[in-house]
Amino acid sequence: MSLRSGVERLQGFLFVLPALVVLAIFLIYPAYYTIRLAFYEGDFHFGFFHYLGIDNFKQLLTNDKDFLDLSKFPPGGALINNLRWLIFYISISLLIGVGLAVLAVRVRYERFVKTAIFLPMAISAVAVGIIWLFVYSPDPDIGVLNGLFRGVGLHEQSWLGNPSLVNYALIFAYIWASVGFVMVVLSAAIKGLPADVLEAARVDGANEWQIFRRIMFPMLSLPISVVTIWLFINVIKVFDIIYVMTGGGPGTTSRVIAFTMYEETFHNGRPGYGAAVAAIMLVLIAPVMILNVRRFRSERVVG
Amino acid sequence: MATVDQAVQLTAGTRSERLVRWLTRTPIHIALVAISIIWLVPTVGLAITSFRQPTDIANSGWWHAFTQWDWTLHNYGSVIHATGMGHAWVNSLIITVPATLLPLTLGALAAFGFAWIPFPFRDTLFLIIVALMIVPIQTSLVPLLKLFAEHGHLNNGYWGIWLAHTAFGLPLAVFLLRNFFITLPKDLIEAARMDGASNLSIFRRIVVPLSVPALASFGIFQFLWVWNDLLMALIFVSDPTKQPMTVRIPYLLSTYGQEYNLLAAAAFLLMIVPLIVFFALQRYFVQGLLAGSVKS
Repeated sequence: MSLRSGVERLQGFLFVLPALVVLAIFLIYPAYYTIRLAFYEGDFHFGFFHYLGIDNFKQLLTNDKDFLDLSKFPPGGALINNLRWLIFYISISLLIGVGLAVLAVRVRYERFVKTAIFLPMAISAVAVGIIWLFVYSPDPDIGVLNGLFRGVGLHEQSWLGNPSLVNYALIFAYIWASVGFVMVVLSAAIKGLPADVLEAARVDGANEWQIFRRIMFPMLSLPISVVTIWLFINVIKVFDIIYVMTGGGPGTTSRVIAFTMYEETFHNGRPGYGAAVAAIMLVLIAPVMILNVRRFRSERVVG
Repeated sequence: MATVDQAVQLTAGTRSERLVRWLTRTPIHIALVAISIIWLVPTVGLAITSFRQPTDIANSGWWHAFTQWDWTLHNYGSVIHATGMGHAWVNSLIITVPATLLPLTLGALAAFGFAWIPFPFRDTLFLIIVALMIVPIQTSLVPLLKLFAEHGHLNNGYWGIWLAHTAFGLPLAVFLLRNFFITLPKDLIEAARMDGASNLSIFRRIVVPLSVPALASFGIFQFLWVWNDLLMALIFVSDPTKQPMTVRIPYLLSTYGQEYNLLAAAAFLLMIVPLIVFFALQRYFVQGLLAGSVKS
């Protein structure tokens, strides 16, 4: 028996071994390498050249106006842009997504609404970028938005060429691509709510707003927190749409952290500096990692 | 279980109540229809543009295409042949299929180990994999490129991108599939063990056939993730003749930026595969996405 269980233990290990080897070589070791590289200047071959200590981080946070610029108002730089994304992308996606989830169940054409809103989720961010380059085109014979503005007699705008508009234009394009997910998760959650509780509230004379505010909303707090985390990770990782639509411009006004990492490493030839940006991304994501692990553990204690 | 739909219908009462309800509902209808249309317009605009003559595109907005009926497939011909987008489309497929099957296979094997065979440090290892699910790709780009370039120039072929996608897909695969596998009936697996079946044959003959929905959900999620990926392909596929559509389209944008007909057709070619998957396998697609939400 003990021999058999010994063999079995070994077998269990053999099943997980290929996955562990791949993860160790291609995920864990690189993360370690990048964190270490963040303390060096780095060279052309991405080697550990010229130890700098924390200078890369110091430079990024205090002396790089493209990364963090607190000297003007409103403040600028990639980090501040991510903060803009965090505030507007998350709140508007949640607002529209929750609103649609609550309202769509009440109409017969729910399927049509859901398909229309969810469709962009399937599309690559590259295609989303091209689609919205068309929408935002300064030429009113190409861009539907400026076509509309011209139609009603408003001034046409350079949506992606104006530093004070570009970030919001990008954020909205990404909201367009993400709301479907928020809606579907919450809609599934709403359909799982116990109908008798809602019915009892209605019988007691509660109006629809009170039902939403006092009953639905508290019961939906878990799915809402799940999608909020999903949106948060999206914000930290957002890259493709900016690469396609603006290349971080005009100037550097629409850069975000992930774009800065790419730009510094692969265009400006500063691998150590880029690694420091990647390390900052990891630090920003780390709380979510801890949350995931904790949640998983507590679920297992309950189960 | 009674659903909200039924509850809403139950409250419809007398005729005047219905009138009030209809009046209060009109704004809801307007809002829903308006948002649905706003959400469809950008995609529809691109699709229509891709079927218009270049001169028409330059002279009038796509919304005029309904009155000027002069549609063409010529843009697709040009973009597929002249700009090499047809080739890039095939590259996308060459990258995507192995990059889906590899993590699916390795992930399923590992998930089975985690779910049904006790071994030392099993829980700790699994928690590490849970944590790895959301590691940003950016922390791997430089070291992996170095690794690939210095060991067999894997970035000149497809092995680099296959392996990188496998590594980034694996944590989610292991997590999802393990969580599905542990819900399989214990009796079935114990009985097979009593009959002397090996772990591998239990995996192949019992676990895999019973887990098709979970395997399909992850497979579809990973397929679309890889198909739609830009960043990893940008770094790990160095040979321009091997690059996928997501990398070639931004090049097209920088060289043919004003040729809207080509851009629109190229973007639509890129979208067509996910859209087919979306409409054909909607259920698995949504399940896969919901399951993948922990990863983003």
